[in-house]
Amino acid sequence: MSGLRVDRPGLSTSVQDLGRPGQQRYGVPVSGALDPLALRLANALVGNPPGMAALEILALGPTLTVEADAIRVALVGSDVGLRIDGQDIPAGRSVTVLRGTKISIGGFTDAASCILAIEGGFDLAPVMGSRSTYARGGFGGFEGRALRVGDLLPLVLANATMAPERKAPPIDYGSGPIRVVLGPQDSWFEPGSIERFFAEPYTITVEADRMGMRLDGAKLDHAKGFNIVSDGIAPGHIQVPGTGQPIVLLADRQTVGGYPKIGAVIGADLPRLGRMRPGDTIRFARIEVADAEAARRAQAAAFAKLVQAIGPVIVVPTTEQLLQANLIDGVVSA
Amino acid sequence: MTPKFLAAGDAALVVEYGEIIDAALIDAVQQLDRRLAAAGLNGVVETVPSFRSLMVHYDPLATSSAELIAAIEALDAGAAAASGEVGRRWVLPVCYDAQFAPDLSDVATATGLAADAVTATHAANEFTVAVVGFLPGCPFMAELPAAFDLSRRTTPRTRVPAGSVAVAQKLSVIYPTESPGGWHLIGNCPVPLFDARWDRPALLAPADAVRFKPIDAAEHARILAAARDGSYDPRRECTA
Repeated sequence: MSGLRVDRPGLSTSVQDLGRPGQQRYGVPVSGALDPLALRLANALVGNPPGMAALEILALGPTLTVEADAIRVALVGSDVGLRIDGQDIPAGRSVTVLRGTKISIGGFTDAASCILAIEGGFDLAPVMGSRSTYARGGFGGFEGRALRVGDLLPLVLANATMAPERKAPPIDYGSGPIRVVLGPQDSWFEPGSIERFFAEPYTITVEADRMGMRLDGAKLDHAKGFNIVSDGIAPGHIQVPGTGQPIVLLADRQTVGGYPKIGAVIGADLPRLGRMRPGDTIRFARIEVADAEAARRAQAAAFAKLVQAIGPVIVVPTTEQLLQANLIDGVVSA
Repeated sequence: MTPKFLAAGDAALVVEYGEIIDAALIDAVQQLDRRLAAAGLNGVVETVPSFRSLMVHYDPLATSSAELIAAIEALDAGAAAASGEVGRRWVLPVCYDAQFAPDLSDVATATGLAADAVTATHAANEFTVAVVGFLPGCPFMAELPAAFDLSRRTTPRTRVPAGSVAVAQKLSVIYPTESPGGWHLIGNCPVPLFDARWDRPALLAPADAVRFKPIDAAEHARILAAARDGSYDPRRECTA
C-alpha cells in the first residue's frame, strides 16, 4: 500500500476537508479546515478538486516519509515551507517527492494553521459524507484523531502524475477589523457593552483550539442574564458566558448552545480569524448582513482569479545544471 | 404563530418563535422544519431545530438572507398543512436502580413526589425530542409535568456515565457518551444513541416520540453486553 509514514506527528496534525454539513440536527459539528482558502489553494496546486481532504497542521509540523513511488504535495497557509531531504521548498507551490524521502515542516508563527495537500488525496473512507477529523467525537479522518508516530496514511495514488509543478500567488486574507453581524441575542447585552465590543481591542488567550478561541478584553455586561434557552450556533458565532469575555466559535463548534451570542464573524473574515494565534489582538467592526454577503461574494470572485493565476514553476538553473544539460544534449545529438 | 427573523452571521439565520421552553413553540419549530424540508429552497444547506427556533444554514453564494426570509414568509403565508416525514416512535429501556440514580432522592425532594412516583412519572411520560445536541446523538426531550421544572445541579459533575438518563427544566436527556454534566441522574439507558456508520447517525432525531420502559439491572447488563458485541441494534429493538 502506498502511504505517508508519520515519523513525528507535529503538535496537532489532522486530516480535514471542507467539513461535514447536513448532520447538525443530530448534534454532529461541521468541522473542516480552519483555513478553507488554504485548503482550496493547496488542492488546486496539486490538481485536486477544491474540497479534497488534506493535512491540517497546527503550529508545529510533522516529519513524514514517502512510502509510494512518488507523490506531489503543496503547502499553503504559512510561509514555513517544506524541508525535503535537507532542501527548502517554499510554500505556495507543488513539488514531487520520491520514495524514501523525508518531508518535514518546522514550527511556524505566521499563522495558527497551514495545509499540506497530496495529489490524489488519502485513501480513507468518508464518515457521514466527510473525511474531516472530529477528534472530540473520535470519528472522521485517520482513526478519528490527530496523527501519531508510526501511522501510515494510505494514499490513493501510488505515483505522482506527469503534470508540471505549479505555483500560486499568495492568498489575500484581507485586513482591518474583523467584521461582525449582530445577533441573534444582541438585545441580551447592555447597549454600552455593544459599543465597547466594537471600540475596544480583544486579545486571543491560550485557550484557543479548533472548537473556538477565548478572548480577553473589555467585559461585556448582560442585560437579561447569561442563560438563554439553547438555540443553534452558526460559523463564527461569538458567545458570551457569565465572565463577560467573548468566545469565538470555529470549525469544531458545537451545534447548539445556551449562552447569548452577541453576533457572528462574517464568512469573508473567518479564514483570517482562523489564522490568528494566542496573543494576537483583534478589533471588531459592525457590518450588515447584505454587506457581509457581498463581501463573501467578492472574496469568492477574488479567490477564483487567484486559482486562475496558478502557473508553472519556472526554475532558473544554475551554471552547473546548464553545463550538465548541455553535456546531456551533446550525448543525445551525437 | 408569527416568527421573528434574526441574523446569525452571513451563512445562517434564526427563525424564532419565542424565548422559553414550551410545547407549542417546539411544535411550531418542527412544523416549520418540515415545511422547509418539503420546499427544498435554493441555497439552504441544512436546518437545525431547537426548542424555540429553527436555524437555517445557507450558502451565501447561492442565496441571501433577504431572499430566504421572503421565501420562508411565503411558506408561512401559504399555511400549507405540515408535510414531510413526522418523527419516528421509540420505546427505550431504562434501569432506575439506585446504582444508576444518584440524584433520585434530590429529585423526589424537589418535586415533592416519592422516589418511585418520580420514576413512574418519567416512565409514563410521552416525550418529544426537541433538540439533538450538546454531544452527537444527545436528545433533549420534552415535556415532564410542572413539578419537574428543576434547575440544574449547583455543581455539575465532571464525569456523567454514558447512558445516564437525567432530568431538569421539565426535560429529560440521555448522555450518549461519558461527559461532564449538570443534570439530575435518575436512571440509565443501555442503548447506543449514536453510530457514525448508521444512515442517520443519531438514533433519535428532532420530532421523534419517546417512551421509557423500566428494566431491571440484569436486563440492563444483558442489553449493554449485546450492544457492545454488536448483536443489539437499537434501530430494530427500540422501535415502538
